[in-house]
Amino acid sequence: MTRSTTLFLLAVLALTASLPAQAALDATQVRALAAEDSSDKVVAIRQLTQTADPDALRVLKAMSEDNLYLAGERAVIIDGERAFDAASGEAIKMPASPESVTVNNRIRGELAGALAALKLFDAERDVRFASAQKLQSKVSADMAPLLARALEKESDGEIRALLTLAHAQASLGNADPAVRLGAVRALAETTSPAIKAVLLPLTEKAGEPDDRVRYEAIAAVKSIDGRLALAENAGRIFSGLSLGSILLLAALGLAITYGVMGVINMAHGELLMIGAYSTYAVQTLFRNYFPEAIDWYLPAAIPVAFFVAAAVGVLMERTVIRWLYGRTLETLLATWGISLVLIQAARVLFGAQNVEVANPSWMSGGIELLPNLMLPWNRIVIVGFALFVLLLVWGLMNKTRLGMFVRAVTQNRAMAGCVGVPTARIDTLAFALGAGIAGLGGVALSQISNVGPDMGQGYIVDSFMVVVLGGVGQLAGTVWAALGLGIVSKLLEGWVGAVIAKIAVLVFIIVFIQKRPQGIFALKGRFVDN
Amino acid sequence: MRTPLSVRFLSALDTKGWLVLGVFLTLTLLVVPLLNLAVPEDSAFHVSAYFITLIGKIMCYALVAVAMDLIWGFGGILSLGHGLFFALGGYAFGMYLMRQIGRDGSYGADLPDFMIFLDWKELPWFWFGSDSFGWAMLLVVLVPALVAFVFGYFAFRSRIKGVYFSIITQALTYAAMLLFFRNETGFGGNNGFTDFKRILGYSITAPETRLVLFGLTALALAATLVFAAWLVKSKFGRVLTAIRDAESRVMFIGYNPLWYKLTIWVISAVLCGIAGALYVPQVGIINPGEMSTANSIEIAIWVAVGGRGTLIGPVIGAFVVNLAKSWFTVSFPEYWLFFLGLLFIIVTLFLPQGLVGLWKKFAARKGVAA
Repeated sequence: MTRSTTLFLLAVLALTASLPAQAALDATQVRALAAEDSSDKVVAIRQLTQTADPDALRVLKAMSEDNLYLAGERAVIIDGERAFDAASGEAIKMPASPESVTVNNRIRGELAGALAALKLFDAERDVRFASAQKLQSKVSADMAPLLARALEKESDGEIRALLTLAHAQASLGNADPAVRLGAVRALAETTSPAIKAVLLPLTEKAGEPDDRVRYEAIAAVKSIDGRLALAENAGRIFSGLSLGSILLLAALGLAITYGVMGVINMAHGELLMIGAYSTYAVQTLFRNYFPEAIDWYLPAAIPVAFFVAAAVGVLMERTVIRWLYGRTLETLLATWGISLVLIQAARVLFGAQNVEVANPSWMSGGIELLPNLMLPWNRIVIVGFALFVLLLVWGLMNKTRLGMFVRAVTQNRAMAGCVGVPTARIDTLAFALGAGIAGLGGVALSQISNVGPDMGQGYIVDSFMVVVLGGVGQLAGTVWAALGLGIVSKLLEGWVGAVIAKIAVLVFIIVFIQKRPQGIFALKGRFVDN
Repeated sequence: MRTPLSVRFLSALDTKGWLVLGVFLTLTLLVVPLLNLAVPEDSAFHVSAYFITLIGKIMCYALVAVAMDLIWGFGGILSLGHGLFFALGGYAFGMYLMRQIGRDGSYGADLPDFMIFLDWKELPWFWFGSDSFGWAMLLVVLVPALVAFVFGYFAFRSRIKGVYFSIITQALTYAAMLLFFRNETGFGGNNGFTDFKRILGYSITAPETRLVLFGLTALALAATLVFAAWLVKSKFGRVLTAIRDAESRVMFIGYNPLWYKLTIWVISAVLCGIAGALYVPQVGIINPGEMSTANSIEIAIWVAVGGRGTLIGPVIGAFVVNLAKSWFTVSFPEYWLFFLGLLFIIVTLFLPQGLVGLWKKFAARKGVAA
């Protein structure tokens, strides 16, 4: 017989005894709070807690605030100039020489737990909910009857679920194997590492003498493990999705410029960097001039980043890339040169250190789907944002005259020129568009990674891989390639580690182009190889 | 009627070319060593050890540039992965240098220090034979050749070219860099190989050893130049240039570009490996940073600055850019990237033929005027 079981029996006795006494507390029980010995006090507190009486909350609260006194053989509460009878709550004459009840640290801890448990019977739903949540992590065996009572009274579904769980946890300490069995079965339905830890001792002979309960516990741990693994993989797929969204934002612009002009813009990563620094600049502006609207700097940064990056793009196209048409390899080198200049310019303007871009308050936190599966808001917002940009680009490419021209030049530049498409202007506009989209990608990136002069360098290879994999000239290819690459690399990462995952993905792509040099979605048509 | 090989070899360079080569070799093999060893240190003519290391390093770079020019200038294939082959050669020779440290490392053990640090008990299998100089030399050639062959075979067979090929080589190099950064890969991880003590039993820091390495580098560079000049003038070189200019037509005539491209690709990789092996003992360190994207692209700019499609151009380019780099990083470190970036832009925009092309244009105009 463990100590907790004895306490439990005592508690059951106390519970049945106190049932009829709804109006006032049992005076002897309240008197026991003022017992000489700390252990007696603890027993008294627990007994009082089991009554689940709102009056008990009042008395225990007074005790925790050092307002409980002993006057003769009667426990009284003295609040400033007024005195009450502790058991009945009636106002009484100030006693002559009240003796204060000592509350040491052990008692104080006990009181805190008791107060939390009693809040389960509060009239306010939110208070009950908070208390039930709090109890999940620290539930002891002797709380079982109390939780059972709370469960009886509770009507709210969400709180009931929490209470059922807590009750099952508390019942694991029950002396009756049947009760334990029921508790294990109830807990098997949950998905939480904490509960798994509670169940683990029961899977061994030393922790659980009854065979049936033990086997049930082993099965329960297994099923919890299964669901935990599922949640973990779901989490990986989600972070893959968010990585894929970033890749998509980075690759969309590249796909457009590469599709139209056949040039690789090695400074594309730096356009992301410009977008991120634009976000930083807008944030600084808001901090200094509109601190009350700081949460809304991000929406304001979106157009700014787009136009700043697009302007840099136009400048690049007009001054350098335009003069290198037909010399794709030289363009690659020249744009690399531009990227070096931009990186150094960022260092000179903003310093070599990373700058701090904070998430707006509405983007912090996340949705907790399962105890070990949390979807952060900033990543959800980025997935949504990528979707938004994608729709925008899709509309632009398929529903506008500019988009039609861009597609025409992508498919056959000479023929497009012959039928009157102003190819030179389309080049500039397409480059501006691609750069602007990279700027938007920079806004997204600023929310989840460091903003520094070198931040764009890592993205050029990745986003080009997306373009290679997806094939040129079709948005669908880019989308599938970006999401596929994102999810595959995150799943691999969980399996073999980040570096090997990256290498595996690169090798896969190199092998892939052996088979399909035109990407997943090849443009159908006739090509002249020049 | 075939001219004998020796005659064809001699005709690889014209008289002026052989003369320049002779002057270069006299300078590097005789004058510099004399000025370093025989002239007292306070003399104005003394050549310092710093200078020898710097020029030795740049000659390695020039060798890489020539290799790059063979594939880019004559084959029309821009590789952004030559840093990989350079590093592979360096690592292959670095393994030998690590074993030469013997028990002089800070742990005094038979294994290289970083393996003790990782708590490894014995050498991994790929370190087999790394204590033999001959095997190391073989690896310097074979490893880059093998990697280049396998990668090139698949890439050229699928007719991957242009920017596609460039970016794929960049991705390959990037993947290799990540691999070498891992400690478990067995090449010293982040720190790579360093703290070399001796080579073939001679102290690696002794002035005489340094001069021998310096001379060997000069010889290697000269030999590469003669070989390259012979190669591009041979039938092979002409077909290669034809592939560069009009691949489809060459195929229609009946040549298979795959083997031409693959051969020059592997040759270029091996030359890079040799340059890497010469670089490591002179500089005293090799780490995965050599495989960074920026390094490989810089190789391309040396060639572009000098003038691609000429053989002397890459050497000039490597010297000009790297001397400028040494000067900038000491005097104005914050402007170096601006300079390099603008160099990329200006050379591609205004100097498609590089400095050699500029000189030729200048000479031609003078000729017309005269």
